[in-house]
Amino acid sequence: MTAPPLLADGLLQSAARLPAKTAIIDETSSCTYEQLAEKSSRLAGYLAAHGIQPGDRVVIFLDNGWPCAAAVYGVLMAGGVFVLVNPQTKSEKLHFILADCGATALITDRHLANQYEQAVSGLDRLLLVVSVGTSGTSGVQGTSLMTADLHEVMSTGPLQSAPVPRSTSDLAALIYTSGSTGEPKGVMQTQGAMAFAVGSIIEYLQITAEDRILLVLPMAFDYGLYQVLMSVFLGATVVVERSFVFLGRVYEVMRKHKVTVLPGVPTIFSIMQASIAESDLAFPDVRIVTSTAAVLHPSLLPALATLFPNARIFKMYGLTECKRVSYLDPDLLADHPESVGIAIPGTTVCLRDRAGNPVPPGEPGILHVQGPHIMAGYWNRPEATARMLRTVPETGEVELVAQDWFTQDPDGLLYFVGRSDQIIKTRGEKVSPVEVENMLCQMDGISQAAVIGVPDQRLGEQILAYVVAAPDRSLAEGEVRRFCAARLENFMVPQKIIFLAELPRTGNNKIDKKLLLEWSV
Amino acid sequence: MDTRNAVKDFIIRNFLFGDESGLTSDSVSLLDSGIMDSIGVMELVSFLEIDMKLEVPDTDLVPENLDSVDNLVGYINRRQETRP
Repeated sequence: MTAPPLLADGLLQSAARLPAKTAIIDETSSCTYEQLAEKSSRLAGYLAAHGIQPGDRVVIFLDNGWPCAAAVYGVLMAGGVFVLVNPQTKSEKLHFILADCGATALITDRHLANQYEQAVSGLDRLLLVVSVGTSGTSGVQGTSLMTADLHEVMSTGPLQSAPVPRSTSDLAALIYTSGSTGEPKGVMQTQGAMAFAVGSIIEYLQITAEDRILLVLPMAFDYGLYQVLMSVFLGATVVVERSFVFLGRVYEVMRKHKVTVLPGVPTIFSIMQASIAESDLAFPDVRIVTSTAAVLHPSLLPALATLFPNARIFKMYGLTECKRVSYLDPDLLADHPESVGIAIPGTTVCLRDRAGNPVPPGEPGILHVQGPHIMAGYWNRPEATARMLRTVPETGEVELVAQDWFTQDPDGLLYFVGRSDQIIKTRGEKVSPVEVENMLCQMDGISQAAVIGVPDQRLGEQILAYVVAAPDRSLAEGEVRRFCAARLENFMVPQKIIFLAELPRTGNNKIDKKLLLEWSV
Repeated sequence: MDTRNAVKDFIIRNFLFGDESGLTSDSVSLLDSGIMDSIGVMELVSFLEIDMKLEVPDTDLVPENLDSVDNLVGYINRRQETRP
């Protein structure tokens, strides 16, 4: 299936074909394709009229809902580059992202003002804050920023006659991701790469216009974002919940709207597994279940079969730098429950040793990915880009170095072996231990910190922090976690803080994380 | 400790790590204000089941019952009244 080369065209074509069809149902209201296209167009017209140029970065800091989707398409129609930021993000990191990408506009919600009002100060490039629930004159305290109410803009802004022309090589989005260096990096995705990935994923999942897709994952997570991009392109319907917090509500919504596609992460399935014991929970309308972002343990498969008796279950693997790498054909799941399958349609993978040579079959190697879906690089990070993108000497093609070790069986099925960096995967989110360590060391009274991930059945990994208090200081665990919670997204806050007199070191004076891991079990 | 204080104490201890100022009012949405997430709600259910000795079916896990101190207190009182 070939998606249109430009993402905004996906919306305009669906709006022309299916104007009255419901595009998005969220917790408070819903909108049709015609309405979604109109709201996006008015936002685009408003942005253009207020100095937002093609190629400008616009940060979207919103809860899941149709306004968030309309913001994405509005930025695209204005020729801009959208940057979705998780609404759990605290002011310091939001400020970092706004500054790092040089955003000219911020689209947000008044209820997040505690975080964004601090974050927007001292940013020279930022012109405009469009916020749900703000009045035009109230402004952002202490700044001269232009402000407007998002709903007003989307109902009265000037309609665009046509989207700003873009080419497939123009950037569509920056997707910020945690890296092993501790600073979030913006993954640059072009219009062409994203439209390709949309088409490729639709091809193997075989989602159709008749489907109703449940979105409980944040749109700031590319896995969540692509549910909207795919659905809009197909003319299907997305049922949006802000999160997977209120189970009773999520189950009710799934039944009420007869959801047919459930994209989840193992933590979600593990929570649902616990529900089976208590009631005869089952969702016979669901025909596709997808799982990625963390290892789906085979022990969860019987529960999935009970919960979704009529569903094809797709195990998948990917990384933000290329959106998705592989998927396992559901028919192979019973015989190969540990595999994450083969490269997605239109792409290839190769396992190489550290020197870059292909490894013999069955041997572990570092995953390398080729295809139109790989990123254009990290925003303003040429060195980090050079570590992740390499040119194959024989062919001159650029490939992505996924930093994960895999083996491949004789049928070409991929098996995850381990990571070559120290990234922690918890609740399906990537957490850089360095980012948490840096934050801990900023706390008055902490002189050193080491953060590791420890296997945990529900979370995937839980975060453990070993800290050394400064001389003559005593700290309480709660105090340290509180400090982190005020500055880091919830999922990054360590579950446990362990105080040590000193951190164990290896022969070359590096912190001995292997030993810490042994201590933890 | 009465129900309201027990609920606040649980939230402040477990979700705010002791920072009382994080809970601005008894009616504030725990989800909106980022106090509770999907793992947090599981901890909250354990608190209701173990400390409050209530049975909490999944169908009760809706914002009307759980999304603020006020809603939680109302829910606990309703459940305790109907307890055999």
